[in-house]
Amino acid sequence: MNVNQSAPPVPPFGQPQPVYPGYHQSSYGGQPGSTAPPTPYGAYNGPVPGYQQTPPPGVSRAPPSSGVPPTSTAQVPSGQGAYGQFGQGDIQNGPSSTVQMQRLPGSQPFGSAPLAPVVSQPTVLQPYGPPPTSAQVTAQMAGMQISGAVAPAPPPSGLGYGPPTSLASASGSFPNSGLYGSYPQGQAPPPSQAQGSSGAQPPQRSAPQQASSFTPPASGVPRMPSMTGPVLPGQSFVGPPVSQPNHVSSPPPQVLHPGTQMAGLPGQLPPMHSSQQPGYQLQQNGSFGPVRGPQPNYGSPYPGAPSFGSQPGPPQPLPPKRLDPDAIPSPIQVIEDDRNNRGSEPFVTGVRGQVPPLVTTNFLVKDQGNASPRYIRCTSYNIPCTSDMAKQAQVPLAAVIKPLARLPPEEASPYVVDHGESGPLRCNRCKAYMCPFMQFIEGGRRFQCCFCSCINDVPPQYFQHLDHTGKRVDAYDRPELSLGSYEFLATVDYCKNNKFPSPPAFIFMIDVSYNAIRSGLVRLLCEELKSLLDFLPREGGAEESAIRVGFVTYNKVLHFYNVKSSLAQPQMMVVSDVADMFVPLLDGFLVNVNESRAVITSLLDQIPEMFADTRETETVFAPVIQAGMEALKAAECAGKLFLFHTSLPIAEAPGKLKNRDDRKLINTDKEKTLFQPQTGAYQTLAKECVAQGCCVDLFLFPNQYVDVATLSVVPQLTGGSVYKYACFQVENDQERFMSDLRQDVQKVVGFDAVMRVRTSTGIRAIDFFGAFYMSNTTDVELAGLDGDKTVTVEFKHDDRLNEESGALLQCALLYTSCAGQRRLRIHNLALNCCTQLADLYRNCETDTLINYMAKFAYRGVLNSPVKTVRDTLITQCAQILACYRKNCASPSSAGQLILPECMKLLPVYLNCVLKSDVLQPGAEVTTDDRAYVRQLVTSMDVAETNVFFYPRLLPLTKSPIESTTEPPAVRASEERLSNGDIYLLENGLNLFIWVGASVQQGVVQSLFGVSSFSQITSGLSILPVLDNPLSKKVRGLIDSLRAQRSRYMKLIVVKQEDKLEMLFKHFLVEDKSLNGGASYVDFLCHMHKEIRQLLS
Amino acid sequence: MATYLEFIQQNEERDGVRFSWNVWPSSRLEATRMVVPLACLLTPLKERLDLPPVQYEPVLCSRPTCKAILNPLCQVDYRAKLWACNFCFQRNQFPPAYTGISEVNQPAELMPQFSTIEYVIQRGPQSPLIFLYVVDTCLEEDDLQALKESLQMSLSLLPPDALVGLITFGRMVQVHELSCEGISKSYVFRGTKDLTAKQIQDMLGLTKPAMPMQQARPAQPKEHPFVSSRFLQPVHKIDMNLTDLLGELQRDPWPVTQGKRPLRSTGVALSIAVGLLEGTFPNTGARIMLFTGGPPTQGPGMVVGDELKVPIRSWHDIEKDNARLMKKATKHYEMLANRTAANGHCIDIYACALDQSGLLEMKCCANLTGGYMVMGDSFNTSLFKQTFQRIFSKDFNGDFRMAFGATLEVKTSRELKIAGAIGPCVSLNVKGPCVSENELGVGGTSQWKICGLDPTTTLGIYFEVVNQHNAPIPQGGRGAIQFVTQYQHSSTQRRIRVTTIARNWADAQSQLKHIEAAFDQEAAAVLMARLGVFRAESEEGPDVLRWLDRQLIRLCQKFGQYNKEDATSFRLSESFSLYPQFMFHLRRSPFLQVFNNSPDESSYYRHHFARQDLTQSLIMIQPILYSYSFHGPPEPVLLDSSSILADRILLMDTFFQIVIYLGETIAQWRKAGYQDMPEYENFKHLLQAPLDDAQDILQARFPMPRYIHTEHGGSQARFLLSKVNPSQTHNNLYAWGQESGAPILTDDVSLQVFMDHLKKLAVSSAS
Repeated sequence: MNVNQSAPPVPPFGQPQPVYPGYHQSSYGGQPGSTAPPTPYGAYNGPVPGYQQTPPPGVSRAPPSSGVPPTSTAQVPSGQGAYGQFGQGDIQNGPSSTVQMQRLPGSQPFGSAPLAPVVSQPTVLQPYGPPPTSAQVTAQMAGMQISGAVAPAPPPSGLGYGPPTSLASASGSFPNSGLYGSYPQGQAPPPSQAQGSSGAQPPQRSAPQQASSFTPPASGVPRMPSMTGPVLPGQSFVGPPVSQPNHVSSPPPQVLHPGTQMAGLPGQLPPMHSSQQPGYQLQQNGSFGPVRGPQPNYGSPYPGAPSFGSQPGPPQPLPPKRLDPDAIPSPIQVIEDDRNNRGSEPFVTGVRGQVPPLVTTNFLVKDQGNASPRYIRCTSYNIPCTSDMAKQAQVPLAAVIKPLARLPPEEASPYVVDHGESGPLRCNRCKAYMCPFMQFIEGGRRFQCCFCSCINDVPPQYFQHLDHTGKRVDAYDRPELSLGSYEFLATVDYCKNNKFPSPPAFIFMIDVSYNAIRSGLVRLLCEELKSLLDFLPREGGAEESAIRVGFVTYNKVLHFYNVKSSLAQPQMMVVSDVADMFVPLLDGFLVNVNESRAVITSLLDQIPEMFADTRETETVFAPVIQAGMEALKAAECAGKLFLFHTSLPIAEAPGKLKNRDDRKLINTDKEKTLFQPQTGAYQTLAKECVAQGCCVDLFLFPNQYVDVATLSVVPQLTGGSVYKYACFQVENDQERFMSDLRQDVQKVVGFDAVMRVRTSTGIRAIDFFGAFYMSNTTDVELAGLDGDKTVTVEFKHDDRLNEESGALLQCALLYTSCAGQRRLRIHNLALNCCTQLADLYRNCETDTLINYMAKFAYRGVLNSPVKTVRDTLITQCAQILACYRKNCASPSSAGQLILPECMKLLPVYLNCVLKSDVLQPGAEVTTDDRAYVRQLVTSMDVAETNVFFYPRLLPLTKSPIESTTEPPAVRASEERLSNGDIYLLENGLNLFIWVGASVQQGVVQSLFGVSSFSQITSGLSILPVLDNPLSKKVRGLIDSLRAQRSRYMKLIVVKQEDKLEMLFKHFLVEDKSLNGGASYVDFLCHMHKEIRQLLS
Repeated sequence: MATYLEFIQQNEERDGVRFSWNVWPSSRLEATRMVVPLACLLTPLKERLDLPPVQYEPVLCSRPTCKAILNPLCQVDYRAKLWACNFCFQRNQFPPAYTGISEVNQPAELMPQFSTIEYVIQRGPQSPLIFLYVVDTCLEEDDLQALKESLQMSLSLLPPDALVGLITFGRMVQVHELSCEGISKSYVFRGTKDLTAKQIQDMLGLTKPAMPMQQARPAQPKEHPFVSSRFLQPVHKIDMNLTDLLGELQRDPWPVTQGKRPLRSTGVALSIAVGLLEGTFPNTGARIMLFTGGPPTQGPGMVVGDELKVPIRSWHDIEKDNARLMKKATKHYEMLANRTAANGHCIDIYACALDQSGLLEMKCCANLTGGYMVMGDSFNTSLFKQTFQRIFSKDFNGDFRMAFGATLEVKTSRELKIAGAIGPCVSLNVKGPCVSENELGVGGTSQWKICGLDPTTTLGIYFEVVNQHNAPIPQGGRGAIQFVTQYQHSSTQRRIRVTTIARNWADAQSQLKHIEAAFDQEAAAVLMARLGVFRAESEEGPDVLRWLDRQLIRLCQKFGQYNKEDATSFRLSESFSLYPQFMFHLRRSPFLQVFNNSPDESSYYRHHFARQDLTQSLIMIQPILYSYSFHGPPEPVLLDSSSILADRILLMDTFFQIVIYLGETIAQWRKAGYQDMPEYENFKHLLQAPLDDAQDILQARFPMPRYIHTEHGGSQARFLLSKVNPSQTHNNLYAWGQESGAPILTDDVSLQVFMDHLKKLAVSSAS
């Protein structure tokens, strides 16, 4: 549906569509009706369970398509219509299995498929196309069964392949297939075959190959097989549809298996390919995973199905033994697909409920009435109409909101609207702000609130006539009537104490205890601050920043500095009364940098000298924050504290902490205490800070346990950031710290903010995750909010939603800009509502989902044992997938794993979450690290969680040096590493360069400046600056990666077979981890088992 | 010894002692009938040009309970090298150093003219003087500027090796570290929180952290024997630094909104100053100098809130028990004062404000520690500037006229006991056989601590005759009293001044005339006044007046000559003749009358009354009035309204004020400008004469008096009119409308009426 909507407005869609047509046409001809494909899928699945499916998919698609075609054609134009048509598609599927058909419809709704299809189809998908449509990675996990009994698996697999059962079913389906056949007959057959051959074969081939490589995972393999490779392919393809964007991933496959497939495909789908070969291939990849899996299955099942069998056959034998990692859904593939398919065209937000491109895709956004995905991303863009449906699906309804997100230079920041003295126009009842969804009636004299339906008078000064469509004539002149995001100038009513705020202030609070001095931190920091103060954030074209600065140093006592411009020398004021902190001076503490430059410089010169001989090792912490907060209070402004702290605050003072690090608690019921603050004092303090608009950024330089869990409470609740530099040494960490500090100081911040998320009737924001404080259940209070901070909001139904009107979100953020202006930033987003679960599954965003689930889990560890949290995650994931399988996927054997296209990466990502340090700590992970990561994730946006949980692994030496593009990523698994290459891994926090043991000497020379592998210093953190293309390229790449992240990533060079390699391997998240984290394959099997349990 | 008058004067000059009675009634009963107790005014450090200190230590009586010091009254056996203590009759061996003594070779302490002698103790460490400035920054810009200049100037007056420290306060309290280079450093305390000495020392880093610092500079341990060196530094080292610091002092930056008083944390500032010294230099001479420009408005010791609409307490409020903050504040300052006194430090209060500044509550800080109290309108007045400068005046030896940490010990012969002392001292609670159970003033002890004193500091010391009537003292018997004052001289030497006096006993029944003739009515008036003022601090005003009246009447009854019930027959001998008049003026004085005075003023006046010597005290009780006219040289005239004549210029000295009053005619002449005409140069001289005389007084007195130049009808003339005896008022007919004098518009009784009543009551057999 969305598609339809989107299609017309959005060119991108157009593209896909064409593809579709192409696809369908070519393949199914009919299928173009994106809807059709899905249905077929469903059908496929149903029938296929086995192999056949795959082919069938193709076929089935075809059929549906065939059936659809007509519709599709029609549909294409009217995407939504198409959905309806899906039904038809279903029907078509129906042929295969009516019942299933119906279910399928659900799947079809995959309409997503439609969406995706558009893209995906063009891609190779088509061949898989069908599968794509299904978007489900139907990995018949015969393997699953196998997984059940790994060892036995293989055989069972063979047997299990019960697939036989599946086969049986398949066979059962075969009839279907027969039907399919019919389909195919219509169109599919040929294509299907072709596809099958192409799709299936390649997979198979690959499978075998891989199998060989994978052989070990015999059990897995079986599963894979069970995956009903064929089916899977199809399904997987289906997956693609969902991920259509993802489909992009398929290309790689091409590369890999390509030749044959390609050939095959081309042969079959030349047109398609021509139009979208790359995509195609990608899809293949995506599909591959499945395919392979399937293949094995195929193998087994196929045997039954000669037609496919032929192709699958060979692979099958092999597959049964293993689950081919290449056959399971690949994040890399999905990302690539999406990039290729959706990266080129701007994302226009005019249409309700469109799923935006993945966060990993570079795309431009055109605001046409809905907020950019940079501001808001939802787990699903199609919300179930009823809470029952929502409960059934278990898909969390959440939005990840980044109200002050930074935009690429090409996109304009929100317009500022000034409604004059009366303030922004709002609904009288629910107080929602004027937005494009408000309905003007009675000739423009009144408007009906789109959130609460209250009818309000339009104030005279705002009156405007309506045109014949009922739209205000000035709609396009007013941002608040035509855009998704905009800002209002707030009136004095929106200000604290009914007074316009003063410009905010930054206070630098520097630990000058022995540790800080000895490590050189203080000297470094003071030196840096001198220049950094010129880069305080300023608003718009302001010549100088309005922000005032102040300085405090502390150890066991606090030292405030008077740096008033009229002084010849700074004055230091010591406050020893830490039990009852206060600010000793008013005038001269917070100053304009330019006016007081001489004094400040003198101060920063003297601080390291003054404390050079200090022996004071004890520090205080809470009083420091208290002091900063009091200073802001005294100055009657909001602001930010930059705390540079080294050690556990053990000095006698409020907020004194004791060392309670106890590794024995791990995996016990008391483990949660490690994440909880030691004392409630910090919460109280944070509350006061929030009331004052005092945001706290904490830079930690611990040599040992500092209790991050407690120290980060205040930053966390005030919207601040925590940076941690364990064992800080100037030589090693200078660059990282300086870079982080610069970025942190320079970034634009909104102060003293309150965020409120309003929704249209029927749903309600019920839960919030992020770095903020809430004193009631609706208002998110943020002492400070910068462009990197994200708030995840969960919604629940409290009434029925209406498909017609959809669901609306309005996020209003009231804040003080860095120039001291009080503003309201409004983001609006309209979502679709569905009565069919399939619509939900087709419009999901896995990355966002993972963002939500990770935050949910990370908060859960505060109150529940980690194991419970992990189990909850697994259960929820299983439920989501089982629901899909039950309600949306085409019928298939129970042994078959069918994943919704949009969520085919859910297992792999979720596994990454489960394996993360917080939920499954390794021996080398300190309590502080876990607490640190825990709080970091809490305010991460989708892009950050994505790469954080599934790191990017880039081969540096594979692509020609001349190529300017980023090398294509590879999956995070040790098997993907070749010992003749060098790889770069990043997860947003860390950056590794892994050097294979047999890398060419020339490469070593040009990159590291040493003559051999053995001479490379392990743990090197800086690449030598060498004047050769490779060195330049790699360093350039590192720089660009760092530029993408909000935190500076420290580089560590790791040599193969070196001690440090353990550290690196920790990030190869598809592998089994040392801490007991499951490998991707194992987890997928486990998930399949869970799903089957739920289904039975 | 021609007359008692000369005797008294001579004794005063030599010993700094004036007794109410110079012949003592020999029995307890008789003594009590004398009405005026046996007491003396002692000026322990009276400046004696002719008294070079001896450079050795005194010889003590060996009896542990006595330890009296060898003095001219002791009987000495030169051959046996023995001496007998004249207080306990213990026979003592002379120490080895005295082996050479004989009748002709006497040590100074045995010579009669050295009844007062001063010893210099060579032992023990000499600690430098310490001056800790505690400066209010909630001042007007002008005031602050003037104060800063005064303080900067004072640095040049301090002894170079004296230690100085600086604490400033407003809403916060800042203790300035003086030793640091480059960046000026201070420790800041919240002005609302009371801290214990321990906390203060911890927070100032005076306890532990000082260790590493010293280790860091092992080379200078001798130079800095004290850990507090960061806050208290020798003047010569940091005077530039401190001058700059003072120069950069800003007004308290915290905003004061309309209708509010600035928040002034005097209580905490003092507490920190006391705590700082307590932790670093206990029992070392130190002066905390508090400069404040208004009442404490927050924290412990708060006297009034910061709301201007709530005025500071008045006598009216206090009487109505409506001064809710007073008690608590007083308690705070008393606690501080007692701690300070225990440490041997003293607190000066320089309060310059147009309104009250809380002296009532803070008075004990100065009163108990021997510190000064100075009250002025502004720091930008010569009154403050000169007074402050005078603190650092030097004597003829070039030593500062200040001494610290004195202990005054009194020993009496067994017929006497010590009842108490009134003056700027605290009890050391040393009981002994010579301590009376009846207390007058601060009693129950034979030793007092006077933390800060100068050559004029005078204590009233009260005794009780305990000799029973039935144990007559042998003819020619003498009672003896020894005053031993150990103190830290401004040169940082420890010194001991010993004064030993003896007076004859006389049987009151047979030798009343002797006793009567030896009555020192001036001393008696001051001593009685001190008792009265002392009582007034704790009792209701009228009660004190009634007590004074009764004492006066009883005295008159005892020593007057009259026929019963015949007032006209009443006569007093010469030695008592002035006493009733003193009492009359005392009753009207601001020490006992609070009407028209703020509580602060009363405290201020009483403070000075309790420490000044006899002459000054008398001036305070009964101001001196000089009259200038063409008729002759200036002459003292009666303090009476009849002295206010049109063709006279009056110069009144009330100690606190110098008033020059031009009579009506003189004022008119001056207005007409006659003084500028060469032919009336004599008029010019006449006008100038009192000015010159006033200057003399102004130059000499501490604190500098308020100088008032007024004329007939001038508003400031009230200072004169309120002091003179209102012999002519609007309602006594015989004076009204007459030429002489000026009527005073008052309902107060005049001296004449007072005397009439006194006579009547004295001769009445009823009372």
